[in-house]
Amino acid sequence: MHKLLTDAPGTQMLLLGNEAIARGALEAGLAFATCYPGTPSSEIPENFFNLCKETDLYFEYSTNEKVAMEVAAGAAVSGLRTMVTLKHVGLNVASDPFMTLAYTGVKGGMVIVNADDPALFSSQNEQDNRYYARLSGCPMLEPTNTQEMKDLTIYAFELSEKLELPVILRTTTRLSHIRGAVKLGELKPVKKVGNFEKNPMRFVTVPAVSRNLHVGLLKKYDQAQEISSEMPFNEVIGNGKWGIVGNGVSVDYLQDAVADLGISDKVSIFKLGMCYPLPKDMIIKFLNSVEKVLIVEEGEPINETDIKAIAQENGITIPIKGKGVGAFSRLFEYDPGMVRSVVAEYFGIDYKAPEQVDLSSMPELPGRPPNLCAGCPHRATYYCVKQVYGKDSIYPTDIGCYTLGLLPPISMADFVVCMGSSVSSGCGFSKANDRKVVSFIGDSTFFHSGITGLVNAIHNKHNFTLVILDNGTTAMTGHQPHPGIDAGPIGWGDEMDQISIEDLVRGLGVKDVHVVKPFKLKKTIEAVQATKEFEGISVIISKEMCPLFAKATKQFKKTRPFYVNTSKCQNHRDCINLLACPAMYIDGEQVTIDENLCVGCSICAQVCPENAILPLKQ
Amino acid sequence: MDTKRFVLIGVGGQGNLLTARLLGEAALDMDIPVVVSEIHGMAQRGGIVEAAVLVGDVTSPIVSSAEADVLVSFEPLEALRALGKCNTDTVVVTNTAPYPPFTVAIGQGVYPPVDEMMDLIKAKAKKLVAFDGNAMAESVGNPLALNMVMLGALIGTGTVPISAEQMKKTISTSTKKAFLESNLKAFDLGMQSAN
Repeated sequence: MHKLLTDAPGTQMLLLGNEAIARGALEAGLAFATCYPGTPSSEIPENFFNLCKETDLYFEYSTNEKVAMEVAAGAAVSGLRTMVTLKHVGLNVASDPFMTLAYTGVKGGMVIVNADDPALFSSQNEQDNRYYARLSGCPMLEPTNTQEMKDLTIYAFELSEKLELPVILRTTTRLSHIRGAVKLGELKPVKKVGNFEKNPMRFVTVPAVSRNLHVGLLKKYDQAQEISSEMPFNEVIGNGKWGIVGNGVSVDYLQDAVADLGISDKVSIFKLGMCYPLPKDMIIKFLNSVEKVLIVEEGEPINETDIKAIAQENGITIPIKGKGVGAFSRLFEYDPGMVRSVVAEYFGIDYKAPEQVDLSSMPELPGRPPNLCAGCPHRATYYCVKQVYGKDSIYPTDIGCYTLGLLPPISMADFVVCMGSSVSSGCGFSKANDRKVVSFIGDSTFFHSGITGLVNAIHNKHNFTLVILDNGTTAMTGHQPHPGIDAGPIGWGDEMDQISIEDLVRGLGVKDVHVVKPFKLKKTIEAVQATKEFEGISVIISKEMCPLFAKATKQFKKTRPFYVNTSKCQNHRDCINLLACPAMYIDGEQVTIDENLCVGCSICAQVCPENAILPLKQ
Repeated sequence: MDTKRFVLIGVGGQGNLLTARLLGEAALDMDIPVVVSEIHGMAQRGGIVEAAVLVGDVTSPIVSSAEADVLVSFEPLEALRALGKCNTDTVVVTNTAPYPPFTVAIGQGVYPPVDEMMDLIKAKAKKLVAFDGNAMAESVGNPLALNMVMLGALIGTGTVPISAEQMKKTISTSTKKAFLESNLKAFDLGMQSAN
């Protein structure tokens, strides 16, 4: 049995924040869940995927976030409890259906779990998605620890059904990836069959209908605001005259800061569990009970702006500050030490931060950026394309492990802004420049949002080469399936049909299609050469399974690791300088291969001008 | 109860996240308030992986600069890089077996001599516990048991309110049976090296 299905109310488990959300959804009787994976939200659906066959939960990895939102919308308006999980930029993709789903509302509780990524641990930006609550009109809840991640998830379903509106549960990387104690509750039975009641005046959003729906949405806002001032997760802790307002993980930093500074009796902490709509009545009462206020929030000054507006409307003139006090800025993350220092500064407390060891005599340390794994097929594909197209061609890239092609010595990533942008921006680059353009996209990302760009490229007669890096999985986020995979080996062959990328590309009308095995460097280079001579859109499908995924799913074909024959090696170092494989290192002056890391892909042996790299004899 | 802040640094694949999780589970078993934080995602592709374990009267899941009570590093260069987490009262526990980054292999940087790095840490931290953890893991026939060696060494410092017996119980229930014997041996070797 999956651990999140443990039927033992009252017992405590150490759960990852994302596991706590998944558990909360199961305790709420979740019937239907969809997503496209995205760090830091990925462990929520991963758990659903691993446990759904043991339960009445329907779960799917959808093609992208917009699709996930629409699939879930169909279930939610049919009366099922539904969840969509996504990372902050994923909500950008899903924002089109989401904005108008707020108008129609839902019947079954619908919870959108949105994971923001302050400090950009694994994202292309650090946008603050609390704005999406304001943009859509949907309520937003923010937990502060693992227990609340479970409890607020359950509350979110209840709130969603009460208002007949989707509710956003917002986490951040820190919260999603903490582990803490969670007290389990009862697992609620699942209502798995819905009954959609036709109502075109609510669900068919032509202008005449939507005008009325917008009126209704604003009424729901008023109702939500009343609820916000009564809900138990909006809470004032303490009754001192110094007011501090916090949300999310900042509340943890705040509570520790107040205890560490010994000012618990002087402070009142307003913990915002529901950050949209803000609990206006509670806030007015709070502002009237304190002498000055500090707003602690990572990201944009959203609570600060709104609370200042509430003060202004109500003639409250106490000082209210947030961004700009000490180190509080709109950038990156806050941390416990920073919050402690700023609280001390703002309220005039004598405080000396712990003294860091003296770092002045530190030598220069070599960097350790992440790197493509040993045996990663992307390395071979990049090598082959570079041999033909050189350094001056333009290489738009996309979101996935292969974005690491940015780093030297590969240096084959020139532009990326979002999923799918490699293909469409390739159209622009090739028209705007008199240079060759080769775009790179992963298989999962191609299905996510590369196809429409390719349709555009063909229809508008663009001229560039698209390389689809088909490693048989969604590697970066943890090996989730996608429409192009053979699901048999992962035990989902009956539930998932495989769509051939080659058939799809040919079906769209691409004339110059090459399917290559990237570890066969010579043949791959020949195919790349052919695309350089072709006028129009060429597609190279570079097919080789991610070795980590292959090993994890017992599809790895054992090959002998390689070694450097030192009597033949002339120390050209082409192998290490061109490929930068992490299985290689320099021992003294000699390139050496770590046989425990080498997976035997053989590309270094093919690159070596002396044929000095050979398979180990067994 | 006193708050204790532990920072665990490793390179992707070395297993420091499991070490952090085991500490969390052992603390929960003993009813000690605990919060663990981890970084997942892109950082794990051969990059630096940082975890934190905080026990006692604390709700924050991370450790700020200069606030670690103990810094445990699975790799010597990363111990030095993470030294900003330390103050003059911090205990540093580190593996001395280098895992050079690929930037060194392609000539973009020089890996500092391990002895010099250890001397530097010794001069700055309250105490340095340094040993070849890879060799210990290999000596028990399980190179992947480095995380158990490091866990043993951390417990061996006596800075964690978790007994060796409790820790071994958690290892027994939460790691793969096939590796249990070598894991426990590795844990003991780590403990001895810290005593």
